[in-house]
Amino acid sequence: MIDVSSQLLRLENVCKSYHKNQVLENVSFSVNRGETVTLIGPNGAGKSTLMKISLGILEVSSGEVHRSKSISVGYMPQNVMIDDVLPLSVRDFLYLRPGSSYDDVKEVLETVRLTYISEQPIQSASGGEMQRILLARALLGKPDLLVLDEPVQGIDIMGQKEIYGLIAKVRDETGCGVLMISHDLHLVMASTDQVLCLNRHICCSGTPELVKENPEYHAMMGRPIEGVAIYTHNHDDDHDHTHHGHDHD
Amino acid sequence: MIDAFILNALIGGVLVAAIAGPLGCFMVWRKMAYFGDTISHSALMGVALGIAFDSENPIIMIATCASIAMFLLFLQRDKRFSSDTLLGILAHSALSIGMIVISMMDHFRQDMMYYLVGNILAIGLDDIYTIGAVTTISALCLAFIWRPLLSLTVHEDLAQIEGINVSIVKIAYMLLIAFLVAVALKVIGVLLITALMIIPAAAARTISNTPLQMIIMSSIAGIFSVLAGIGASSQWDVPTGPAIVLSATVLFLCGRFLIPRRA
Repeated sequence: MIDVSSQLLRLENVCKSYHKNQVLENVSFSVNRGETVTLIGPNGAGKSTLMKISLGILEVSSGEVHRSKSISVGYMPQNVMIDDVLPLSVRDFLYLRPGSSYDDVKEVLETVRLTYISEQPIQSASGGEMQRILLARALLGKPDLLVLDEPVQGIDIMGQKEIYGLIAKVRDETGCGVLMISHDLHLVMASTDQVLCLNRHICCSGTPELVKENPEYHAMMGRPIEGVAIYTHNHDDDHDHTHHGHDHD
Repeated sequence: MIDAFILNALIGGVLVAAIAGPLGCFMVWRKMAYFGDTISHSALMGVALGIAFDSENPIIMIATCASIAMFLLFLQRDKRFSSDTLLGILAHSALSIGMIVISMMDHFRQDMMYYLVGNILAIGLDDIYTIGAVTTISALCLAFIWRPLLSLTVHEDLAQIEGINVSIVKIAYMLLIAFLVAVALKVIGVLLITALMIIPAAAARTISNTPLQMIIMSSIAGIFSVLAGIGASSQWDVPTGPAIVLSATVLFLCGRFLIPRRA
């Protein structure tokens, strides 16, 4: 039995339609403390819609969303573009999180190892830096639940490894629950407890190893099971190319 | 000794410009310059309604501007029409209503130019009290909502999830603009109010590194434009409103071409 107090988020038979077009059909799942749940599915599967419903930005057409009122939620959106007309440093962007002090901002910048760009305009951040800035913003409220929309979008493989490492580290240290969207099962396998394959409804779910073998998953992703190459990466040295020459501002 | 009407013009103009720049910064950041135009066109409808009711009370104008702003928020719920389209509909409809109402009044043959480009030299002591009160209250409100407003300017969903009441803050900002437009009408007129919000903000961007700096510099740039515009107007006998706008444009061009771009 799952301890009810450790449950952060529970969706029951959630359905969502836009103009008679059903995008989510009877979706049920839950996220517990210390657990990582990954949503995976093709474009148009309703991943972002489901995430917005989980966060309470969108209303459900039917079904129920239970989110403990007392918990703090950290959200990492995708595709954040900040126009050049707004002069905003990385530090000031993070400081926008209500209730945070400059000390909190300084601390979280150290966690994501971005102290060196603290004073720079946020528009000058690279793709990988931007993702870490957004993760930092999500971490600022000391979240019980982290909700991440494609946290490694547009980042090279080393950067992806680093972001997933940071997320897993935060989860292990704080015991928060994590709900994230990913395109690629293989990349999140190591750090995920439960995978939900979404294509309007939940096609299959379970541990990443189980889902990987499930024919529903391969049918959903539009690939034949034998055509999937399981690749492994062996990076012995964990150096970060974005850091050269920038340390200690 | 400065003439009383010049002094009134200076005080009234400076008070309006002091708050127009900061409100304009958010307009520039949120890319909603057209919103300012829509509200100022509604102000003309407010003027017409005021004349129809035979009242000069600024409350009528404020109420008209605020109603149009709230109607816009309501219309925006239907995603089939972009804000851009809705603003176009409201701006020109309000303008047309204003013009028709004015045309129906036989006793009113006052110069329309007065409302289109303002008449800062006709500002009286009563106007200064009204402008002063609105500026003070607006500045306090803006100081109160500025961080949440900036947050939702950067990313609305993120702001909402972090606990900011997005619709209340947006309504508050729109009402601030409605109040400003209503009191700025006499100073600079329907056609030029948006300029007094946008141009000092754009000029301030060229020398600012933080949002707060830009807000403060836009206020200073606006005040300078008013002083320079009134000076130029009395020196060369040109209309004051356009002179103020062009002073702001000169500031913007100086910032754009004379100050080296950082980062």
